[in-house]
Amino acid sequence: MRTNDLILRTTTNLIAFILLAFSVYLFLAGHNAPGGGFIGGLMTAAAIVLMYMTYGFESVSKIIPINFRFLIPVGLLIAVLTGIGSFLFGAPFLSQTFGHFSEIPILGDVELATAMLFDLGVYLTVVGVTLTIILTIANDQ
Amino acid sequence: MSNLAVLPIIVPLLAGIIAAFIPRKTTVVRIFSRVMTIVNLAIAMYVGFEVYQNGSIILETGGWKAPFGIVIVADMLSVLLVITTNIIGVACVFFASRSLTDKQESFYFYTFFFLLITGVSGAFLTGDLFNLFVFFEVLLMASYGLLVLGGNKVQFRESIKYILINLFSSMLFVTVVAFLYSVVGTVNMAQIAQRVQEVEQQGILTTIGILLFFVFATKAAIFPLYYWLPKSYIVPNPVVSALFGALLTKVGIYSIIRVFTLIFIHDTAMTHQLFIWLAAFTMIFGVIGALSTNNVKLIVVYNIIPAIGFMLMGIGLYSETAVAGSIYYLLHDMVVKGALFLLVGAIVALAGTSDLRKMNGLIHHYPVIGWMFLISTVALAGIPPFSGFVGKLLLLQGGLEQGNIAIVIVGLVTSLLILFSMIRIFIRGFWGEKDESFTPDKKKARAFAWPIGCLVAITIFLGVGAEFVYPIVADISTYLLDPSLYIDSVLKE
Repeated sequence: MRTNDLILRTTTNLIAFILLAFSVYLFLAGHNAPGGGFIGGLMTAAAIVLMYMTYGFESVSKIIPINFRFLIPVGLLIAVLTGIGSFLFGAPFLSQTFGHFSEIPILGDVELATAMLFDLGVYLTVVGVTLTIILTIANDQ
Repeated sequence: MSNLAVLPIIVPLLAGIIAAFIPRKTTVVRIFSRVMTIVNLAIAMYVGFEVYQNGSIILETGGWKAPFGIVIVADMLSVLLVITTNIIGVACVFFASRSLTDKQESFYFYTFFFLLITGVSGAFLTGDLFNLFVFFEVLLMASYGLLVLGGNKVQFRESIKYILINLFSSMLFVTVVAFLYSVVGTVNMAQIAQRVQEVEQQGILTTIGILLFFVFATKAAIFPLYYWLPKSYIVPNPVVSALFGALLTKVGIYSIIRVFTLIFIHDTAMTHQLFIWLAAFTMIFGVIGALSTNNVKLIVVYNIIPAIGFMLMGIGLYSETAVAGSIYYLLHDMVVKGALFLLVGAIVALAGTSDLRKMNGLIHHYPVIGWMFLISTVALAGIPPFSGFVGKLLLLQGGLEQGNIAIVIVGLVTSLLILFSMIRIFIRGFWGEKDESFTPDKKKARAFAWPIGCLVAITIFLGVGAEFVYPIVADISTYLLDPSLYIDSVLKE
């Protein structure tokens, strides 16, 4: 007998978006407030795991057609390349820089740092690792 | 340019990441890995040349001044070890495709391999105690992956033991770093050394030093902490065993050399005296293990342990000759253990058994492998024209200079027993009647012989060309015994 999980599906639709938005907020807030790539990545993974639990593996992998295993090397590559990027400017490995950009629409004056790119690498790696672990165990026959 | 110092860490890391994108295309990954290991060896040699010409390269990562940021310190000792690591890496990556199945190769073997090289090079090059911990974890994580690759029942059983013991020692490492940080208030090795010197290493610091020694002793398999090593090193694929046997325990012994020639040097009556005792027991127990078995893999694995004892003995004696002997022995042992593990892997694959009693007359079928095995054996035992001799001679000379006759006798007897345990393989396995019913696989033997031949050639060079290598090693020894050189080069005072 198929169980009717209407309540679970409806609340998931709502909560998954809140979770994703909060994870992006945490990821962006890392420089000046608690947060950062690691916790942001875990929160995103939590949101995606919630969707897997509600809708099942088949339908979610149709919506998010990413092999999460590839996110790990992608994230690592981004992180390492931001470190190597400093070679081009003759600065020591892993040097970071930042700049003020006032021309950005809507947001106005923003301070952007290259540390953010490193964090993006961490974020992608964490999402990749977490979901690879969970999905590999979940799909194990 | 100071960024040179970080290249031996970054290049294998990048190679490992790129290899992870295309795990299923085995041929492409294989060729890519071979090219990248050779590139990395060339880079390491260039860094070595630069260091030899212009002195240590200090890289302050992120542009932060020395005690505040992480420093990468490429001095002569670390660079020589990185070069040796990469030589073994090249030999292993060429051996890998011959001993692994396609399926094992496609399950991220090359990624794990490169991460192992990253971790080992990083541990050799870092100048920061917590960063050393991180690189230990990098190489241990990669070694866990390599250990279970293949998924046999015995591999799972041994990997559980291996992971448990390493997790425990890593936890102890973090705790010790916390203790040390609470006492001296820094994790930069040069600044720790400076501050320990300022307070003349009071009781609490000696205690922390001994605890730190226990952490590294677990990684390096020193008596009484070697019990996890023999079984867990024989279960993985031969190429993985060779990487483990040649590199992993040596990172532990390198850390002991670094820490106990730089930081904890003010109470040698306590610490270094303990090392001599432990070195003697390590030699005796290791060689007894090697004599106790008829499994060829296990004989070679047990021979790691007395070699570690020899290196520890040099640090315990703590004189210029003895430390030079330790370093020479370390370089020699990495190469010769790599060669021996690959040889034993080849022998087991070719003979179809690892039981010594079932082998007979292999030299009629595989003369090249047989003679290479004999050369490696006598090099390991320390017979004059080969590499083991120089290191052992210096160590025994150092022992005699200090009038420590007991350790010299233990060292000599151990050498004899090492020779006996290894030559047993040659006599029982290679000599004897030609077995006509046995069909040799000449093509496979030739494929195995190339990578091993390179390592054996380097072993011979380390022995015959001692005149080129010894002055460098002697310089390193002088440099190590004067920690102010390291401290000044890092803190720039």
